[in-house]
Amino acid sequence: MKLLIVDDSNIMRRAIEKYVKDFKLDLIGTAGDGEQALALFKTHSPDVVTLDITMPKLDGISCLKEMMKINPRCRVLIISALKDPATSLSALKYGAKGFLPKPFTELQLKEEILELLGDTK
Amino acid sequence: MKEEEIKGFIHTVTSYFNQITEIPAIMGLPYIKDNKTVTYDFTGVIGISGNRKGAVYFTASKQLLLDFGHFILGDDQLDDDALYDLIGEMVNTITGNMRELFGSTFTISVPIIMKGTIEDIVIQLKPPVFIIPIKWKEHTCHLGIGLE
Repeated sequence: MKLLIVDDSNIMRRAIEKYVKDFKLDLIGTAGDGEQALALFKTHSPDVVTLDITMPKLDGISCLKEMMKINPRCRVLIISALKDPATSLSALKYGAKGFLPKPFTELQLKEEILELLGDTK
Repeated sequence: MKEEEIKGFIHTVTSYFNQITEIPAIMGLPYIKDNKTVTYDFTGVIGISGNRKGAVYFTASKQLLLDFGHFILGDDQLDDDALYDLIGEMVNTITGNMRELFGSTFTISVPIIMKGTIEDIVIQLKPPVFIIPIKWKEHTCHLGIGLE
């Protein structure tokens, strides 16, 4: 399965990549803003996306809406510091399959990815 | 700002350090910033709009960021660019988590990062600005909050 990692923090992109390496997902790219993420999404059609919300150019929720228009079967895990219930509900409403609040540990991310992959891993 | 809001920030910071490092951060007594601004090697500022207006900043030494970054990335190398990034992520996480208390109309900007001594952080901060000193391991850092 193809993976796209989207976060405006390079440290978080590196951490996510490192934490999920055991899943043998094929990393097709990483993006630091929503516009770059959409371009990679259109080109590489990832099956799994980890997506931050607060980002320059295009925020994660707007990016999620566009991704769902292109491929509603893509499994998107929102990873965000925005911890209020309204934000997580909004993400799920627009098609995200999961929501992991920051800060997170390696174990928490692995559990979320496992849940996201379900019986496809 | 209300006392419960200050306590909310303190709780968020202590939880953050504890969750990532399992080493507790000790909070000092909050005080109101005077004309002098104390900053460490790296400072991240987040602008706030929506139901509250102002800004929040987090300032820390290079060594604190190197130590903290080690808990996230293990032995991977962290250059100055990575530390710029890390201070931004830290202030973003602390401030974003505060939406749990302030609600979804507490809107945060992407972080602005500064390096070195800064004469005064006045842009966007709404007085009175509360400073929360934080001690983690042998390092000192602090959070500044200036919200209407």
